[in-house]
Amino acid sequence: MSGSVLFDAPGPRTRVRHVLYSVAAGVVVLVALGAAAWRLYDADQFAGEKWEVFVTPDYVRIILLDGVVKTLQMAAASIAGAVVFGALFGIGKLSDHAWVRWPSWAVVELFRAIPVLLMMVFTWYALGPTGDNSFRAVVVALTVYNGAVLAEVLRAGVLAVPKGQSEAAYALGMRKSQVMVQVLVPQAVKIMLPAIISQCIVALKDTALGLYVLAPGLTFIYRQLYLEFNNRVPTMIVVAGLYIVINLLLTALANWAQRRYVGERRQLVVPMTGSADQRTV
Amino acid sequence: MQAVLDDFPAYLEAFGYTVFLFLVSGVISLLIGTVLAAMRVGPVAVLRLVATVYVSLLRNTPLIIVFAFFAFTAPIFGIRFGWLDVSIGPFDFTAFFGAAVVSLSLYTSAFVCEALRSGVNAVPLGQAEAARALGLPFGGVMTQVVLPQAARASIPPLASVQIALLKNTSVAAVFGVGEAVSQMRSFNNDNADQRYTIALAFVIGYVVLVEVVSFFSARLEKRYRVTTA
Repeated sequence: MSGSVLFDAPGPRTRVRHVLYSVAAGVVVLVALGAAAWRLYDADQFAGEKWEVFVTPDYVRIILLDGVVKTLQMAAASIAGAVVFGALFGIGKLSDHAWVRWPSWAVVELFRAIPVLLMMVFTWYALGPTGDNSFRAVVVALTVYNGAVLAEVLRAGVLAVPKGQSEAAYALGMRKSQVMVQVLVPQAVKIMLPAIISQCIVALKDTALGLYVLAPGLTFIYRQLYLEFNNRVPTMIVVAGLYIVINLLLTALANWAQRRYVGERRQLVVPMTGSADQRTV
Repeated sequence: MQAVLDDFPAYLEAFGYTVFLFLVSGVISLLIGTVLAAMRVGPVAVLRLVATVYVSLLRNTPLIIVFAFFAFTAPIFGIRFGWLDVSIGPFDFTAFFGAAVVSLSLYTSAFVCEALRSGVNAVPLGQAEAARALGLPFGGVMTQVVLPQAARASIPPLASVQIALLKNTSVAAVFGVGEAVSQMRSFNNDNADQRYTIALAFVIGYVVLVEVVSFFSARLEKRYRVTTA
């Protein structure tokens, strides 16, 4: 249901009223933005030397290589691990054998219920709290959390494949594993793709938590830069902007995948996970 | 485990902070999220734009950056939480707690807005059309007809958002609130040899809290499920 169904096409008087609302709201927003900008200016946050670092080639290289690339590496490693973890336990949850199904269920529920940060702190201390291990701690924590979520996504994806598909496959004489690997999973992957890409956004955002265990990446660079140049506000704007741009690109990719591979059908909705349209934290 | 058992009041107090953060931010985020959802589906173009920009900014920023904003940048805008100094029993709610509540509420409200919007989208077209045919204005259509039904359809996604909020309260540890994860880290610092059992104790705490929230949301969902004949 689009917004327009909720209200009538406005008549002349309503239109005037809406224009008044718009102007009032616009004025409030502009005044708020203006006041914010003035405060920043007043606090000298627009001073050239506070921003200079972001156009200095050496520092731009550091921001991109030690910041963006490290963050993307952590997110990519976690998602790759999470896909494997998710495939393992997602199929485990669908198993016909209770002794496989129940442990898989328990693992998935457990890792979905604990905060990523707790997992990170735990892994970091378990590996030995040194700088070398922070990267691994972040990747391990994100792998098990996102893996548990993807296990649910996979299960929902396989269950969303029309029943006739597996029945036809069994009728052809395929074994259980063949039905799963050759018939169900290939079709489920298409349905799951947007949800997997959305999960990449969650993983990418959560890499920022690595700050607590001294992991590299954008938040680490953020700290270093403002400590060196005393420019918390400009650095925050730039770092947040980088995250937002990368995430918006991923959202666009997820929407494209949705249109290309899933089409008009409803997006896969899995509790406690996201879809491109409505994703969870 | 011995370290946790020896200082069990500290363990409980830490989870007390987690629960307080969750409850206060949960309520505020639901309120702000509802207003945002109404703005996003409403007839005023400027408000629609504002809500859309707000939601996509907040949803795509890591929570830790939102926290950093309220801890370090907001004071420049005159947003400070120094006035907050309330003590209830063993709990001290100070500036750190205030900043944490605001960060969690604003961040979560963006997701609440999206959950509600997906609920509004789930209400059949005919409902809003019938309400309009009865002559209700936008406010009436929303409050009398669409939102009551959307709220029911939104319960599962809202529960997911609130459970995520419960887990996200752990980020407050980075910014000086003595909640569960920060307590776990200090237990770890003092008793490195017991790290597995310490983690186990805190995992149990979180699992219990998440299960409690899931239980109530399942009850609510069952209670308010729309039964189609």
